[in-house]
Amino acid sequence: MSHHDHDHTEPPSDIELRVKALESLLVEKGLVDPEALDALIDLYEDKIGPSNGKHVVAHAWADEEFRQWLLDDPNAAIASMGYVGSQGEQVRVVENTDDVHNLVVCTLCSCYPWPLLGLPPVWYKSMPYRAQAVADPRGVMRQFGSEVPEEKEVRVWDSTSEMRYLVLPQRPEGTEGWTEEQLMELVTRNSMVGVEEARLPATVGTA
Amino acid sequence: MNGVHDLGGMQGFGPVQPEPESEEPVFHAEWESRVYGITRLLGRLGLWNLDKSRYNREQLPPADYLSFSYYESWFAGLQKQLVKSGLISEEELQTGRASAPVPDGIMERVVNAEQVRAVPIMTTSYVRPEPAPPRFAPGDRVRALNRHPRGHTREPRYVRGHVGTVHEHYGSQVYPDLSAEGVDEGHHLYSVRFDASELWGESADANSVVYVDLWEDYLEPAT
Repeated sequence: MSHHDHDHTEPPSDIELRVKALESLLVEKGLVDPEALDALIDLYEDKIGPSNGKHVVAHAWADEEFRQWLLDDPNAAIASMGYVGSQGEQVRVVENTDDVHNLVVCTLCSCYPWPLLGLPPVWYKSMPYRAQAVADPRGVMRQFGSEVPEEKEVRVWDSTSEMRYLVLPQRPEGTEGWTEEQLMELVTRNSMVGVEEARLPATVGTA
Repeated sequence: MNGVHDLGGMQGFGPVQPEPESEEPVFHAEWESRVYGITRLLGRLGLWNLDKSRYNREQLPPADYLSFSYYESWFAGLQKQLVKSGLISEEELQTGRASAPVPDGIMERVVNAEQVRAVPIMTTSYVRPEPAPPRFAPGDRVRALNRHPRGHTREPRYVRGHVGTVHEHYGSQVYPDLSAEGVDEGHHLYSVRFDASELWGESADANSVVYVDLWEDYLEPAT
């Protein structure tokens, strides 16, 4: 919110003023309930974020039966964990394996599985990512410090409909016997979009 | 429409430049969160749909679309939609003072905080009755039609004229080209797999494929 790095002695920007004016007008006309507006923003700032997706992934890593269910009937499996909401009504889970790496983009706008990952980061909505991901997926991943060997097939999923895609990253080696909570630490938002792999056990303090 | 929003495969935009994952806030300024929230809440009034919202943003002047930040585009699209649907007048937008009545039947639909917090959170169904049996099945070879509609479409330019294979049939879902015009109809939707070399020729990234969701209207049988 307003705790970002701008100087509070500066006058508000033009867009700030215009948005504030529109909000006041809509509240005055009774079209926007201020309490509902605050509640909605709170939800997406504090509750609906990548930890939902991390929970799903860690659960799939820890429980083989759930993993199979998640791949076969993703909507039911995800609903069983309660992560259902706008922009997550119809999900497909695409699994990374030794032979396949998956990457998700929306070239036409910014479609993203909100109930699982929250609202998308700026880079996901940016022109460079939307332009490059379908034509040069390995080049895009290199910008995130990831390298996919040529033997692996890279599958790019362009979210052009109301289907939403979640990448199930590969479970890192050396995590045998880890609890779901420990495994969650290895799952990143970026690995569920597919621009990176999950973190290695050595990068977290749990081992 | 062949707009600048249809970015797949374009070049010259520079590197991606991600912010570190652990440091990026959900919103980068408070006004962004207000634009997001207002857009979501007013969308529930039922006066427009997702495809209309997308089409509004696609119709921004190309230079604006490319230079606006994400939520600036949302704000521009929202203002346009509010006036178009009669929720506010052009004059109210200029003066910031309420002077025009709200159309009948709207106030009852204004979303309250309790509705926002209800689970599942403000979902929408996109599934519709089948218009006819599906023309295609998984494994079929299909060509994306070389079409250039002036209205809204979700067939990206980079697949037009190219041949792929049906991966999955997603059933009958709201057809965006008509939905943006206010007509709510289900048409068959498929996931189609294209080899990168089919789309990008010699420039293709080795051993890569692209899956695109395409409605039946965008496809014809290929051999």
